[in-house]
Amino acid sequence: MSADRTSQDPELLRRLLRAKDRMDAASHEEWPVRRLARVSGVSQAHFARSFKQAFGLPPHRYLLTRRVERAKTLLRETELPVTDIAFQTGWRSLGTFGRTFRDVTGESPGAIRERERAGASDPGRVPHCVLSAAQRPDLTIAVSEKRRQAEGGINGSEETEVP
Amino acid sequence: MTQGVEVVGLYVRDQDEALAFYVEKLGFRVHTDVRNGAYRWLTVQHPEQPSFQLGLFTPGPPMLDAATAETLRAAVAKGAMPPLVMVVDDCRAAYERFRASGVEFIQEPVDRYGTVDAGFRDPSGNGWKMIEARRRSN
Repeated sequence: MSADRTSQDPELLRRLLRAKDRMDAASHEEWPVRRLARVSGVSQAHFARSFKQAFGLPPHRYLLTRRVERAKTLLRETELPVTDIAFQTGWRSLGTFGRTFRDVTGESPGAIRERERAGASDPGRVPHCVLSAAQRPDLTIAVSEKRRQAEGGINGSEETEVP
Repeated sequence: MTQGVEVVGLYVRDQDEALAFYVEKLGFRVHTDVRNGAYRWLTVQHPEQPSFQLGLFTPGPPMLDAATAETLRAAVAKGAMPPLVMVVDDCRAAYERFRASGVEFIQEPVDRYGTVDAGFRDPSGNGWKMIEARRRSN
Protein backbone atom coordinates (compact mmCIF):
# COMPACT_ATOMS: atom_id res chain seq x y z
CA MET A 1 0.00 0.00 0.00
CA SER A 2 1.60 3.29 -1.05
CA ALA A 3 1.81 6.14 1.42
CA ASP A 4 -0.81 8.44 -0.12
CA ARG A 5 -3.37 5.68 -0.53
CA THR A 6 -3.36 4.65 3.09
CA SER A 7 -6.68 5.02 4.83
CA GLN A 8 -7.26 7.97 7.10
CA ASP A 9 -7.20 7.67 10.86
CA PRO A 10 -10.78 7.23 12.14
CA GLU A 11 -10.10 9.70 14.94
CA LEU A 12 -9.20 12.34 12.35
CA LEU A 13 -12.25 11.43 10.25
CA ARG A 14 -14.51 11.87 13.25
CA ARG A 15 -13.11 15.36 13.77
CA LEU A 16 -13.48 16.20 10.07
CA LEU A 17 -17.08 15.03 10.32
CA ARG A 18 -17.57 17.60 13.08
CA ALA A 19 -16.56 20.37 10.66
CA LYS A 20 -18.94 18.96 8.05
CA ASP A 21 -21.73 18.84 10.63
CA ARG A 22 -21.08 22.46 11.56
CA MET A 23 -21.41 23.50 7.91
CA ASP A 24 -24.64 21.50 7.69
CA ALA A 25 -26.04 23.25 10.74
CA ALA A 26 -25.20 26.75 9.53
CA SER A 27 -24.54 26.68 5.80
CA HIS A 28 -25.55 30.34 5.48
CA GLU A 29 -22.51 31.34 7.53
CA GLU A 30 -19.03 31.91 6.17
CA TRP A 31 -16.80 28.87 6.55
CA PRO A 32 -13.23 29.78 5.72
CA VAL A 33 -10.76 26.92 6.00
CA ARG A 34 -9.29 28.59 9.08
CA ARG A 35 -12.60 28.24 10.93
CA LEU A 36 -13.19 24.66 9.78
CA ALA A 37 -9.65 23.62 10.65
CA ARG A 38 -10.18 24.95 14.14
CA VAL A 39 -13.36 22.87 14.55
CA SER A 40 -11.42 19.77 13.51
CA GLY A 41 -8.34 20.65 15.50
CA VAL A 42 -5.91 20.37 12.58
CA SER A 43 -3.79 22.78 10.55
CA GLN A 44 -5.39 24.59 7.62
CA ALA A 45 -3.27 22.84 5.01
CA HIS A 46 -3.98 19.47 6.58
CA PHE A 47 -7.69 20.21 6.84
CA ALA A 48 -8.30 21.08 3.19
CA ARG A 49 -6.43 18.02 1.97
CA SER A 50 -7.93 15.64 4.52
CA PHE A 51 -11.51 16.85 4.03
CA LYS A 52 -11.34 16.26 0.30
CA GLN A 53 -9.83 12.84 0.77
CA ALA A 54 -12.49 11.92 3.32
CA PHE A 55 -15.61 13.29 1.66
CA GLY A 56 -14.65 13.40 -2.00
CA LEU A 57 -14.98 17.13 -2.57
CA PRO A 58 -13.31 20.25 -1.19
CA PRO A 59 -14.99 21.91 1.81
CA HIS A 60 -16.08 25.06 -0.06
CA ARG A 61 -17.79 22.97 -2.71
CA TYR A 62 -19.52 20.89 -0.08
CA LEU A 63 -20.81 24.11 1.46
CA LEU A 64 -22.13 25.13 -1.95
CA THR A 65 -24.15 21.93 -2.26
CA ARG A 66 -25.69 22.57 1.15
CA ARG A 67 -26.60 26.14 0.26
CA VAL A 68 -28.20 25.10 -3.00
CA GLU A 69 -30.06 22.31 -1.23
CA ARG A 70 -31.38 24.75 1.33
CA ALA A 71 -32.33 27.29 -1.31
CA LYS A 72 -34.27 24.60 -3.17
CA THR A 73 -36.13 23.71 0.01
CA LEU A 74 -37.04 27.35 0.63
CA LEU A 75 -38.13 27.81 -2.99
CA ARG A 76 -40.36 24.77 -2.71
CA GLU A 77 -41.79 25.30 0.73
CA THR A 78 -42.05 29.03 1.24
CA GLU A 79 -43.37 32.09 -0.55
CA LEU A 80 -40.15 34.02 0.13
CA PRO A 81 -38.90 36.13 -2.77
CA VAL A 82 -35.82 34.72 -4.50
CA THR A 83 -33.78 37.68 -3.27
CA ASP A 84 -34.57 36.85 0.35
CA ILE A 85 -33.73 33.21 -0.23
CA ALA A 86 -30.39 34.17 -1.76
CA PHE A 87 -29.37 36.19 1.25
CA GLN A 88 -30.80 33.74 3.78
CA THR A 89 -28.81 30.89 2.31
CA GLY A 90 -25.51 32.73 2.46
CA TRP A 91 -24.99 34.46 -0.88
CA ARG A 92 -23.90 38.05 -0.90
CA SER A 93 -25.46 38.96 -4.24
CA LEU A 94 -28.52 37.87 -6.12
CA GLY A 95 -26.48 37.65 -9.32
CA THR A 96 -23.99 35.19 -7.91
CA PHE A 97 -26.79 33.16 -6.38
CA GLY A 98 -28.77 32.90 -9.60
CA ARG A 99 -25.73 32.05 -11.66
CA THR A 100 -24.35 29.47 -9.25
CA PHE A 101 -27.78 27.95 -8.74
CA ARG A 102 -28.24 27.54 -12.49
CA ASP A 103 -24.75 26.16 -12.93
CA VAL A 104 -25.30 23.57 -10.24
CA THR A 105 -28.90 22.53 -10.87
CA GLY A 106 -29.24 23.37 -14.56
CA GLU A 107 -32.33 25.46 -13.84
CA SER A 108 -33.08 28.94 -12.60
CA PRO A 109 -34.46 29.37 -9.06
CA GLY A 110 -37.81 30.48 -10.48
CA ALA A 111 -38.08 27.50 -12.80
CA ILE A 112 -37.30 25.06 -9.99
CA ARG A 113 -39.93 26.69 -7.81
CA GLU A 114 -42.60 26.26 -10.46
CA ARG A 115 -41.67 22.73 -11.36
CA GLU A 116 -41.36 21.46 -7.81
CA ARG A 117 -44.70 22.95 -6.90
CA ALA A 118 -46.41 21.47 -9.92
CA GLY A 119 -45.14 18.03 -9.03
CA ALA A 120 -45.30 18.48 -5.28
CA SER A 121 -45.76 15.25 -3.47
CA ASP A 122 -46.37 14.52 0.17
CA PRO A 123 -43.05 13.67 1.80
CA GLY A 124 -45.10 11.30 3.92
CA ARG A 125 -43.10 9.42 6.46
CA VAL A 126 -39.56 10.04 5.23
CA PRO A 127 -37.70 12.09 7.85
CA HIS A 128 -37.21 15.57 6.46
CA CYS A 129 -33.43 15.68 6.85
CA VAL A 130 -33.04 12.42 4.96
CA LEU A 131 -35.32 13.60 2.18
CA SER A 132 -33.47 16.86 1.96
CA ALA A 133 -30.06 15.20 1.82
CA ALA A 134 -31.32 12.86 -0.89
CA GLN A 135 -32.12 15.89 -3.04
CA ARG A 136 -28.74 17.48 -2.47
CA PRO A 137 -26.96 18.33 -5.72
CA ASP A 138 -24.21 15.88 -6.53
CA LEU A 139 -21.40 18.29 -7.23
CA THR A 140 -18.57 16.00 -8.24
CA ILE A 141 -16.90 18.61 -10.39
CA ALA A 142 -16.19 22.28 -9.80
CA VAL A 143 -18.93 24.72 -10.66
CA SER A 144 -16.59 26.46 -13.11
CA GLU A 145 -16.00 23.12 -14.85
CA LYS A 146 -19.71 22.37 -14.95
CA ARG A 147 -20.26 25.78 -16.49
CA ARG A 148 -17.55 25.19 -19.07
CA GLN A 149 -19.10 21.89 -20.06
CA ALA A 150 -22.54 23.44 -20.39
CA GLU A 151 -21.19 26.28 -22.48
CA GLY A 152 -19.28 23.90 -24.70
CA GLY A 153 -22.55 22.10 -25.36
CA ILE A 154 -24.87 24.98 -26.04
CA ASN A 155 -22.44 27.77 -26.81
CA GLY A 156 -24.00 29.70 -23.98
CA SER A 157 -24.64 33.39 -24.07
CA GLU A 158 -24.00 33.82 -20.36
CA GLU A 159 -21.58 36.38 -19.17
CA THR A 160 -18.44 34.90 -17.75
CA GLU A 161 -17.70 35.50 -14.15
CA VAL A 162 -15.77 33.76 -11.46
CA PRO A 163 -17.98 32.80 -8.50
CA MET B 1 -45.28 -10.51 20.12
CA THR B 2 -43.56 -13.72 19.13
CA GLN B 3 -42.16 -12.69 15.76
CA GLY B 4 -40.35 -9.56 14.64
CA VAL B 5 -37.01 -7.76 14.67
CA GLU B 6 -35.20 -8.26 17.94
CA VAL B 7 -31.68 -6.90 17.45
CA VAL B 8 -30.24 -4.33 15.06
CA GLY B 9 -26.54 -3.67 15.38
CA LEU B 10 -24.51 -0.50 15.09
CA TYR B 11 -20.80 -0.34 14.55
CA VAL B 12 -19.05 1.71 17.21
CA ARG B 13 -15.39 2.55 17.64
CA ASP B 14 -15.23 1.53 21.29
CA GLN B 15 -17.79 -0.55 23.18
CA ASP B 16 -17.07 0.93 26.61
CA GLU B 17 -17.44 4.43 25.24
CA ALA B 18 -20.64 3.49 23.39
CA LEU B 19 -22.06 1.81 26.47
CA ALA B 20 -21.42 4.90 28.57
CA PHE B 21 -23.02 7.08 25.91
CA TYR B 22 -26.17 5.06 25.33
CA VAL B 23 -26.74 4.25 29.00
CA GLU B 24 -25.53 7.32 30.86
CA LYS B 25 -26.37 10.03 28.34
CA LEU B 26 -29.41 8.62 26.50
CA GLY B 27 -30.90 6.56 29.30
CA PHE B 28 -30.81 3.14 27.61
CA ARG B 29 -30.36 -0.03 29.68
CA VAL B 30 -27.90 -2.84 29.15
CA HIS B 31 -29.67 -5.93 27.89
CA THR B 32 -26.76 -8.31 27.25
CA ASP B 33 -23.05 -7.90 27.79
CA VAL B 34 -21.22 -11.15 27.20
CA ARG B 35 -17.61 -11.77 26.29
CA ASN B 36 -16.17 -14.70 24.47
CA GLY B 37 -12.43 -14.21 24.33
CA ALA B 38 -11.86 -10.89 22.58
CA TYR B 39 -15.39 -10.86 21.22
CA ARG B 40 -18.05 -8.96 23.11
CA TRP B 41 -21.77 -9.19 22.41
CA LEU B 42 -23.24 -5.99 23.79
CA THR B 43 -26.83 -4.86 23.39
CA VAL B 44 -28.80 -2.06 24.98
CA GLN B 45 -32.50 -1.28 25.13
CA HIS B 46 -34.65 1.76 25.16
CA PRO B 47 -36.43 1.74 28.54
CA GLU B 48 -39.84 1.89 26.86
CA GLN B 49 -39.13 -0.71 24.20
CA PRO B 50 -38.41 -4.05 25.82
CA SER B 51 -38.86 -6.09 22.65
CA PHE B 52 -36.01 -4.41 20.78
CA GLN B 53 -32.25 -4.40 21.34
CA LEU B 54 -29.68 -2.10 19.83
CA GLY B 55 -26.40 -3.95 19.37
CA LEU B 56 -23.18 -2.02 19.90
CA PHE B 57 -20.47 -3.88 18.03
CA THR B 58 -16.93 -3.14 16.96
CA PRO B 59 -15.91 -4.22 13.48
CA GLY B 60 -13.01 -6.63 13.76
CA PRO B 61 -11.85 -10.19 14.15
CA PRO B 62 -13.01 -12.91 14.24
CA MET B 63 -15.93 -11.74 12.06
CA LEU B 64 -13.94 -9.42 9.82
CA ASP B 65 -10.43 -9.17 8.47
CA ALA B 66 -8.31 -6.19 9.42
CA ALA B 67 -8.73 -4.28 6.14
CA THR B 68 -12.52 -4.63 6.13
CA ALA B 69 -12.69 -3.57 9.77
CA GLU B 70 -10.58 -0.52 8.98
CA THR B 71 -12.89 0.45 6.12
CA LEU B 72 -15.92 0.16 8.38
CA ARG B 73 -14.32 2.16 11.17
CA ALA B 74 -13.61 4.91 8.64
CA ALA B 75 -17.18 4.81 7.31
CA VAL B 76 -18.61 5.16 10.83
CA ALA B 77 -16.24 8.02 11.66
CA LYS B 78 -17.23 9.81 8.45
CA GLY B 79 -20.91 9.58 9.38
CA ALA B 80 -21.55 7.34 6.39
CA MET B 81 -23.69 4.76 8.15
CA PRO B 82 -27.48 4.78 7.61
CA PRO B 83 -29.70 7.15 9.60
CA LEU B 84 -31.16 6.16 12.95
CA VAL B 85 -34.41 7.60 14.22
CA MET B 86 -35.57 7.92 17.80
CA VAL B 87 -39.13 8.97 18.61
CA VAL B 88 -39.69 11.16 21.65
CA ASP B 89 -42.75 12.74 23.27
CA ASP B 90 -41.18 16.16 23.54
CA CYS B 91 -38.24 16.92 21.26
CA ARG B 92 -37.26 20.21 22.87
CA ALA B 93 -37.30 18.77 26.36
CA ALA B 94 -35.25 15.76 25.26
CA TYR B 95 -32.84 18.09 23.47
CA GLU B 96 -32.27 20.12 26.64
CA ARG B 97 -31.84 16.99 28.74
CA PHE B 98 -29.44 15.26 26.35
CA ARG B 99 -27.47 18.38 25.63
CA ALA B 100 -26.99 19.02 29.34
CA SER B 101 -25.55 15.54 29.66
CA GLY B 102 -23.05 16.22 26.89
CA VAL B 103 -24.65 14.77 23.74
CA GLU B 104 -23.19 16.27 20.55
CA PHE B 105 -26.11 17.81 18.69
CA ILE B 106 -25.71 18.49 14.99
CA GLN B 107 -29.13 20.06 14.56
CA GLU B 108 -31.14 22.04 17.06
CA PRO B 109 -34.88 21.33 17.30
CA VAL B 110 -36.76 22.60 14.24
CA ASP B 111 -40.52 22.74 13.65
CA ARG B 112 -41.43 20.91 10.48
CA TYR B 113 -44.73 19.62 9.17
CA GLY B 114 -46.42 19.91 12.53
CA THR B 115 -43.73 18.08 14.43
CA VAL B 116 -40.29 18.88 15.83
CA ASP B 117 -37.00 17.18 15.00
CA ALA B 118 -33.39 17.49 16.07
CA GLY B 119 -30.19 15.59 15.29
CA PHE B 120 -27.23 14.28 17.23
CA ARG B 121 -24.32 11.89 16.87
CA ASP B 122 -22.96 9.21 19.10
CA PRO B 123 -19.23 9.41 19.90
CA SER B 124 -18.40 7.06 17.01
CA GLY B 125 -20.16 9.20 14.42
CA ASN B 126 -23.49 7.39 14.04
CA GLY B 127 -26.16 9.99 13.28
CA TRP B 128 -29.47 10.03 15.08
CA LYS B 129 -32.59 11.93 14.20
CA MET B 130 -34.82 12.66 17.14
CA ILE B 131 -38.41 13.23 16.10
CA GLU B 132 -41.36 14.23 18.20
CA ALA B 133 -44.24 11.81 17.84
CA ARG B 134 -47.13 13.40 15.99
CA ARG B 135 -50.08 14.15 18.18
CA ARG B 136 -52.88 11.67 17.63
CA SER B 137 -55.49 14.41 17.57
CA ASN B 138 -54.48 15.86 14.20
